[in-house]
Amino acid sequence: MTWFANIFKRSKLYDDLNEEISLHIEERTEQLVGEGMSRADASREARRAFGNQTLVEERSRAVWQWPTLESIWGDARFASRQLRKSPGFAIAAVVTLALAIGANAVVFGIMDGLVLRSLNVPQAESLYGTQYGDNPAWQSYANYLDLRDRNRSFEDVAAFNFALGVAMDTGKDALVANGFAATGNYFDVLRVRPFLGRFFHASDEHGTNSAPYVVLTWAYWHSRFHDDPSVVGRTVLLNKHPYAIVGVAPPEFKGTLLFISPDFFMPIANQQELGGGDPKDRSNTGGVFETFGHLKPGVTPAQAAADVGAVSAYLENTYPKQVAHKSTKISRVSGLTAFVSGVRAFVAGLTLLAGLILLAACANLGSLFAARAADRSREVALRLALGASRKRILRQLLTEAVLISLAGGAAGLMGSMALLRKLSVWEPISGAPIHLPVSPDAKLYWFALALALVSGFLFGIVPVRQVIRANPYEIVKAGSGARMGRRVTVRDVLLALQIAICAVLVTSSLVAVRGLVRSLHSNYGFEPRDTMMAGVNLAMAGYSGDRVPAMQRRMIEAMQSIHGVQAVGLVNDYPPLVYTAGTRVSVFKEETSDLKPANAAAMPYRYGISPGYFAAAGTSLLAGRSFTWQDDKNAPAVAVVNRTFGERIFGSIDKAVGSMYKLADGTHVQVVGVVEDGKYQALTEDQQPAMFLPFLQTPTSSAYVVVRAQRDPQELAEAMRSKVRGLDAGLPVDLETWNRLLETVLFPARVATMALGVLGMMGAMLSITGIFGMAAYSVSKRLRELGIRMALGAQRREIVQAALGRAFKLLVVGSAAGLLLGVLATRVLASIVYQATPRDPLVLGGVVVAMTLLGLVATWIPAQRALSVNPLSLLREE
Amino acid sequence: MTENATRDLFPGALEMMILESLRRQPAHGYALVQHIQQRSNNLLQVEEGSLYPALQRLLKSKLVKAQWGVSATNRRVRTYQITAAGLRHLERQISSFERMFEGISLVLNPVDSPAS
Repeated sequence: MTWFANIFKRSKLYDDLNEEISLHIEERTEQLVGEGMSRADASREARRAFGNQTLVEERSRAVWQWPTLESIWGDARFASRQLRKSPGFAIAAVVTLALAIGANAVVFGIMDGLVLRSLNVPQAESLYGTQYGDNPAWQSYANYLDLRDRNRSFEDVAAFNFALGVAMDTGKDALVANGFAATGNYFDVLRVRPFLGRFFHASDEHGTNSAPYVVLTWAYWHSRFHDDPSVVGRTVLLNKHPYAIVGVAPPEFKGTLLFISPDFFMPIANQQELGGGDPKDRSNTGGVFETFGHLKPGVTPAQAAADVGAVSAYLENTYPKQVAHKSTKISRVSGLTAFVSGVRAFVAGLTLLAGLILLAACANLGSLFAARAADRSREVALRLALGASRKRILRQLLTEAVLISLAGGAAGLMGSMALLRKLSVWEPISGAPIHLPVSPDAKLYWFALALALVSGFLFGIVPVRQVIRANPYEIVKAGSGARMGRRVTVRDVLLALQIAICAVLVTSSLVAVRGLVRSLHSNYGFEPRDTMMAGVNLAMAGYSGDRVPAMQRRMIEAMQSIHGVQAVGLVNDYPPLVYTAGTRVSVFKEETSDLKPANAAAMPYRYGISPGYFAAAGTSLLAGRSFTWQDDKNAPAVAVVNRTFGERIFGSIDKAVGSMYKLADGTHVQVVGVVEDGKYQALTEDQQPAMFLPFLQTPTSSAYVVVRAQRDPQELAEAMRSKVRGLDAGLPVDLETWNRLLETVLFPARVATMALGVLGMMGAMLSITGIFGMAAYSVSKRLRELGIRMALGAQRREIVQAALGRAFKLLVVGSAAGLLLGVLATRVLASIVYQATPRDPLVLGGVVVAMTLLGLVATWIPAQRALSVNPLSLLREE
Repeated sequence: MTENATRDLFPGALEMMILESLRRQPAHGYALVQHIQQRSNNLLQVEEGSLYPALQRLLKSKLVKAQWGVSATNRRVRTYQITAAGLRHLERQISSFERMFEGISLVLNPVDSPAS
């Protein structure tokens, strides 16, 4: 008979047993009565002879039970009865743990999505590649081809680039879609199979613009084509060029970047006709985003790096004017590109802080449990005296702790699942295909369960020593107040630890908030307020050649005619600090004759701008002039540079104006003006040189028109939209304020601040409950003593000191330790949050004020209680 | 107290006595207790209740079977009966007990011991 089947039989067994036992006692009673005893005596004698009926029943049942499990179940039921008796304690404990475990589960979910999980492709572990920005050599398509054909380490090398903001016209409607331009071998290198139709392959490419095929991602096929399988074979227009839809990618394949899921894939060989650069130009560093491939069996990443280094050395020697080679790192394809170290550091920081929260929660609950065990010491002593084993009592206490931690874990898990689901569909930057790749799965359940059990044991064992040492005789005799004499208790240490952890959290969140506030008010070198941006890619509407700058000029003039507009300017590609996009090029001093990248005088950011741009952007001109409409293709090449550029190359601003320098292609450029410094790609960057060239001399189809006006942005956007429509009804236009576009660069800092803020709040809450619990407990334990002191004439100040002195001492010690640790810990923050420095009097002061406030809030009620002691009624009680 | 009383018997002794009683005739719980007490001339002070856990153990290991029926006094009683497995078990137990008893007697009565 299995124990499993027994469970169902059991209630019958138990009923039988009860019936049998009562019959037994009845029969014995009757026999005794028959022997002449009175019924009452007989009944008593029958029971005596039978022995402990409950115990007999229990033992008889135990025969049928699966012993450990069922006694644990019994413990659990007893524990839940105990907890129901003190609901305040139970709720506080469960909520504390739910918050702590929930925070950890959320952080784990994020870590799982960003760090632990690799790309969803077969054999991702042998997929290695170059990183964006690591080496400009691999950023051009021509160089990629050489890498693919000359390396000896990879089975094959694929590459991809962005094809963002492409107008996809299905014949019914034209919508802007974001895609990846991928090499023909992209899917084959990744070993992905199509969901529908086929992928494009290396054999489909026959040179520039030769492969008009497009593969849809499953998500885009689902949302825009409503899962219609007949789209395969259909033709769509991408920026007015016909492309055949050849297939749909499987749902789990979302491209090779974690943050950005494309809508479609197109051959990189065709990116030129959609507005990309010249694929044959080796210095065009916008041609390829990243390259990767599977290492051949037996090739180590170090060997591959050396091999790739050799190829780039060859390229540098062969094309000294176009190829600059630093060094190439080969790393596992993480999907995080150049952000990988930043993201990992951030996630590691979050994990650490969340771990601290859990530790603080455990310390908190540990001291609560210790206090509870002390309060229950009489009960425990009684049970010990009645013969319960210490092991059994400890198991009971641990069961209570684990029960609480499991309840807290379950609640925390549910909360974190909900939050993670929200995060996974969250679009942090509207309009951009950016998302957080989190998808909670079974791993999260196990993680939460493990955390719950570990923390349950962690705080459950705090009172163990207390119970093991307990001497039932002493306790029953003297009452639980007898052991208040110890100088430093476990509870004190736990409380100090918890306060220290809280101070760390408060310090880092204050540092982050300060950093964010500063970066919001720092000088960008332009004024984003009161500006509206119109992003227009003329390639989408089929413009090319001379029609591009002509149309752009018409747009500028049309915007100027809008009522209330103060200034209008245009900037090619992206304005500063938008989508972390920026182009840097080599420039040379006039006297340099060998224009190879190694001889470059600087690598400034390059912007192509129209006349009026500086006025529209709010960038102030320090010397010389800005551009005019005469600075066109037929005029001599001119430039406006920023202060850093001027000082670094020419020595000073004044010397810069009128001076000459050279571009990589040998063009002599004259500096006509100098503007203030600014931020170009990231808020955290060091001050960089920048140069502005007339857009008429460097035409590009993709540009933003900057309109400065003190008008309601909504109305202004409408007016601008109708102006563009008036010029070309088929031209898609993207309207945003500059501030809105800045959100991308502020995004990491915002997320960091938000996360730290939440964790800091949780830490503060935990320490309030911790201090409150400790203070309230010690006041209630010492009420009698306080009453006597008061009766003997102690002043209010002395009473408070006696009651709460210890709590305050712990608060001071803990805060000081925590502040020190926090200052050390926030160094990590500096890489994410602009200008995050803990050596800021405001932050230090803030932490001290915050901790003092926390202490006051937490001890207020206990202090009131201590002061309202009525010595008479107290002394009368005992 | 209860534990001390059962510990006066060696482990398995109560089971052995129950099986032996049942071998003579099937009985319900109270009758078993009386039988054991009478046969032992009340020398064995077995707490009556301790019979029941032992009966449950025997039931679980299928050495006895039980059946509800009506007694002579017209009461619903559960009558226990020894099974074939119970008989075999009892024989093994008795022979091993006898050997043990012999050994103990030899130790306690050194006069009879061949070593002296």
